[in-house]
Amino acid sequence: MVETLVLIEHDRRQVKRPSLHAITLAQQLGGEYALLVLGHGLDEIAASLVSYGAAAVIVADDPALAEPLADRYATVIAEVARKRGTKTLLGTSSTFSKDVLPRAAALLDAPMVTDVLAIEEMDGSIAYRRPINAGSMLATVKVEGDRRVLTARATAFEAPAANVAVCPTERFLFDAASLPNGVQFISREQRASERPDLTESRVVVSGGRPLRDPETFERLVGGLADALGGAVGATRAAVDAGMAPNDYQIGQTGKVVAPELYIALGISGAIQHLAGIKDSRIIVAINKDPDAPIFQIATYGLVGDLHQIVPQLIESIRRG
Amino acid sequence: MTQGQSVEKILVPFKSVPDPYAGAAASTSKSVINPFDEIAIEEALQIRERGEATEIVGVTIGAPAVDEQIRAALAMGIDRAVRIDDARALDPYAVARILRALVEKESPQVVIMGKQAVDDDSNQVGQMLAGLLGWPQATFVSKIEFLENKTRARCTRETDGGLEIVAINLPAIITTDLRLNEPRYVSLPGLMKARRKPIETLTCEQLGVTVRPMTTTLSTSSPTRRAAGTRVGSVEELMAKLKQEAKVL
Ligand SMILES: Cc1cc2nc3c(=O)[nH]c(=O)nc-3n(C[C@H](O)[C@H](O)[C@H](O)COP(=O)(O)OP(=O)(O)OC[C@H]3O[C@@H](n4cnc5c(N)ncnc54)[C@H](O)[C@@H]3O)c2cc1C
Repeated sequence: MVETLVLIEHDRRQVKRPSLHAITLAQQLGGEYALLVLGHGLDEIAASLVSYGAAAVIVADDPALAEPLADRYATVIAEVARKRGTKTLLGTSSTFSKDVLPRAAALLDAPMVTDVLAIEEMDGSIAYRRPINAGSMLATVKVEGDRRVLTARATAFEAPAANVAVCPTERFLFDAASLPNGVQFISREQRASERPDLTESRVVVSGGRPLRDPETFERLVGGLADALGGAVGATRAAVDAGMAPNDYQIGQTGKVVAPELYIALGISGAIQHLAGIKDSRIIVAINKDPDAPIFQIATYGLVGDLHQIVPQLIESIRRG
Repeated sequence: MTQGQSVEKILVPFKSVPDPYAGAAASTSKSVINPFDEIAIEEALQIRERGEATEIVGVTIGAPAVDEQIRAALAMGIDRAVRIDDARALDPYAVARILRALVEKESPQVVIMGKQAVDDDSNQVGQMLAGLLGWPQATFVSKIEFLENKTRARCTRETDGGLEIVAINLPAIITTDLRLNEPRYVSLPGLMKARRKPIETLTCEQLGVTVRPMTTTLSTSSPTRRAAGTRVGSVEELMAKLKQEAKVL
């Protein structure tokens, strides 16, 4: 029996590093934990997971799992959890786990807590702290029942160390022919980028509505990010206007980041955007409106027109 | 676009939430339809207006006070609405179990609902409902097209890695993302007409479902605020701060 089962995410070539942060929560919960990966052709990915202190790495590897289809994945995940007597099924908050884990929770007849930030001891049982209302409030919740499903906010838990003796890898065998077949994969947008991953980067530069069009956005936001070796993010307004792709969106309904340095260019600081950046160490805001709410949380604020300031800033960084 | 018979019924579950545009005073502000659910309602209306669906039924769970948001949904143009009379603080799994009972009663071909409620931010109910029913799901959807005589739908999903396209067999659950559409404004004649549309009230007992929430909120608190920082007067001053004070460059 393993108390906790941690769902690990990958992009077929390698493990997505933020998904490892859930292991740290598993360690805080105590007891044995196993890691679970699903997909096809997982040998190398599984091999990269053996020294995180787990009791086992469980691998569900089959052509039927080549694409992360929610109905199949949830079925297999729930089956593993049931067979292993899992009490806590755990993943990291991402669109992948938010698609698959609530469905698995329903199959396991278990309640779920999204976006866990921390755990607390309360009258001998565990309570979970999570953000609500776009992060403007924190709720402490407890759950009943023998099983629960959680997703952990990657930014709230450190990356685990891979320094423990190698654990066994076990193949989970299941009947692929009996899996649901109601969702068919058609295609995925392929966009190669040289830039670091938004949720892992040390520096993030984001742009808002006044960036106007994709070219200006790329030249100023992309240009500053490249000068700093950082990633590029955007507000909902910028994504809605077609300046940036959807996966650049940061905030309540987009990604959550906590880099060393976050630079907000022409961003008003709506609560839904702040929900995704509040835990950044240093926040720089450049905005022409001295009363923009972003200045209330920025470490350094510079009032002015970004179209003039950003090229100067890029130039100044390039000079060193 | 395939012609042929239309989807008979679309079910749109929606939640009443504090107005997300009200800012810090949210707890004292008025309630609105959860923005993602409003997008779900709009999508159902557009599907019906294209002649691809016949009836749109809305459902919400709550005390009589949520009738105001039901009227707003009727004014947008849904055909009829059900309020499940339950004033308890329900968790997503309880909501999903109640909705399953209603889906079994109404037998829609498609359920369209918001991906998350902006008060609780859980992002669970649609997926749980799909799991309970054993129906296919497409979550975080920014485009819907029906295929093959409305037996399948092709959905574009917004994921962490960009856009993904899947096809789902109907009946199915679809959850909406922000960019699916721009919800219409409620017109005054729409509001007048909505007064005459029926709101059916059902209890969990009448639906034959007994649920007890398994999640309880013990307390809420305000997160620690970031201290307001300093203003700098120039690019040079900013660079100096980042290098010497913050030491990030
Ligand atoms: C349900 C819901 C979910 C949402 N989720 C998200 C989310 O996940 N992420 C998100 O970002 N938003 C989200 N939003 C939207 C959010 O409320 C704001 O509308 C959005 O963040 C505003 O984006 P913005 O700052 O780019 O635009 P604006 O609010 O229009 O601000 C633009 C800013 O640019 C400044 N400016 C203009 N010209 C210049 C110039 N030349 N130089 C310098 N500054 C200039 C202006 O002074 C202004 O402060 C959500 C909203 C809702 C209702």
